[in-house]
Amino acid sequence: MNFIPLFVIVPLGAAFLMPVVSRLWKGMSDVLGNLAALFLMVWSFAALQMGHETTVFYAGGWEPVASIPIGIAMVMDGLTVFMLIIINVIGFAVTLYSVNYMNHYTDKAKYYTLFLLMMAGLNGVVLAGDLFNLFVFLEISAIASYSLVAFGIGSEELEASFKYQILGGTASTLILMGIAFFYHMTGTLNLADASTVIQQLGTHPGIIFVSILFLVGFSLKAALIPFHAWLPDAHPSAPAPISAMLSGVVIKVLGVYALIRIFFNVFGITAMPSVLTIFIVLGSVSMVAGAFLAISQSDFKRMLAYSSISQIGYVLFALGLGTPLGILGAMFHLINHAAFKSLLFLNSGAVVYRTNTRDLDQLGGISQKMPVTGITSLLGSLSISGLPPFGGFWSKLIIIMAAVESGHFALAGVAVFTSIVTLAYYMKLQKEAFYGALKASFGKLKEAPFLMSLSVILLAIVVTGMGLLLIPEFKSVILDPAVKIISGGLNYSKLVLGG
Amino acid sequence: MILFILAILLFLIGLYGVLVKRNLIKMIIGLMIMEYAVNLIFTLVGYRSGGTAPIVTDSISSVLYVDPLPQALVLTAIVIGLGTTALAVSFAVRIFEKYDTFDVRKIRKLRG
Repeated sequence: MNFIPLFVIVPLGAAFLMPVVSRLWKGMSDVLGNLAALFLMVWSFAALQMGHETTVFYAGGWEPVASIPIGIAMVMDGLTVFMLIIINVIGFAVTLYSVNYMNHYTDKAKYYTLFLLMMAGLNGVVLAGDLFNLFVFLEISAIASYSLVAFGIGSEELEASFKYQILGGTASTLILMGIAFFYHMTGTLNLADASTVIQQLGTHPGIIFVSILFLVGFSLKAALIPFHAWLPDAHPSAPAPISAMLSGVVIKVLGVYALIRIFFNVFGITAMPSVLTIFIVLGSVSMVAGAFLAISQSDFKRMLAYSSISQIGYVLFALGLGTPLGILGAMFHLINHAAFKSLLFLNSGAVVYRTNTRDLDQLGGISQKMPVTGITSLLGSLSISGLPPFGGFWSKLIIIMAAVESGHFALAGVAVFTSIVTLAYYMKLQKEAFYGALKASFGKLKEAPFLMSLSVILLAIVVTGMGLLLIPEFKSVILDPAVKIISGGLNYSKLVLGG
Repeated sequence: MILFILAILLFLIGLYGVLVKRNLIKMIIGLMIMEYAVNLIFTLVGYRSGGTAPIVTDSISSVLYVDPLPQALVLTAIVIGLGTTALAVSFAVRIFEKYDTFDVRKIRKLRG
């Protein structure tokens, strides 16, 4: 029994069992949801054992004929394992948190069903070895997240989700059109096989057209600055655990991961350096504009949402540098951002859970009454603002060093400047929400329930320890295989097809 | 070639609907037109002029077949499109219940 498909089968199976078991006993949906998420987390660490080599699973035993794949392939390599760990660790923290938090809402079983479908889609996207399955899994997670954003069925949630659906739907059609022309050009959908075909094609005008379609489509999914309109509405409107999942994981998997896989591993970034320039431009614009939009927000979650745009900008900027150091910085910042942004969104959820408001003007001094939430959010804020010794400092340092190393001095300065702006708005957030005088109406405020605090503490430990990932023992297991796959570029097809 | 151009024209009509129309239902229709145009393009990609249906029989072995893969994929894409459209329409209905209008200019509780 090959263990790769279980990443998709387990959440899908649990999602379909959920409505049945929740009929038998109400509390069963919590148990089943958490068991499935715990299993996925353990399984993703088990996958780490094989992270160094590329493993391919052919669904239904349709092995390749004369090294041309004919069936559906699931590919697991260093980058996939890296993404699986991010998805499933955050996923587990979020399900643990949902046990208490989702009592706010009416139907927990439906929530877990949609959540597990989203997990299945996300795991499927990173495991997909061909472009069409990538699209199908992307749509599964996108449709699940559209409904999860509107889970509260308030007028604001519906409005945000509709906006998200229209822009997400447009992105999906653009991606599907890209896939159609991609198939027309290469005659295959398998990423590894297509990569070899494209290398033989050389410079083909179709490649540019397909690249533009994919760039626009996936940038919409990643919410980079000209395409960001849906994110600041959708992420704050969702229930807090879903905001954590959307900002921490979904935009990275559906946007950044797909861009990396297609442009670095299939098209080959050396053949098209203009894509790297586009990455740098999109990345630095998102980085700066996101930070400036965040600083003027007075809504807790909306500020975090704009901050996500800014931090994803850092990741894409570092990828655009194209050097191994830049790619290392991008991957390190990706995993850092997943940890601290989901931590901060869960904190915002705890604040909303107890105070029923996320308006910074109405909050104040709640750290005295909610010490766990206060301290963990302080840790998260310090890390995202890039203060040593947290992970956020090291990843930004690597990105800035990589920018200097490749001669982008001005942009390195911009990155430093953005980091200072980030510090400014997180200090504003801390001061207005958690410190200062306690508002009179919050006299009887209590700490968040046990499981919510537990999940937040777990994430805070991860955030605090993230700097350790740079120690060679950990780096060689988690970061290096992912960096090797990305900077290896077109070697991907050899690794997958063998020979 | 002319068919491709017409399909892309259809896609652009859909994009126009999504970008310009102010009515939620018309935006959804625009999205559907885009999806159909892409499905058409995908089917055209697999079309071989004068090809037959790709069914393997004993008597015929080497005739020109239409590429079956895009057709299978388009079927999947149609089902996905059904899901997204149903979801979007149900949301439009819920929005109408809350705001009493389909006009996006009046559905503005969130700040941009």
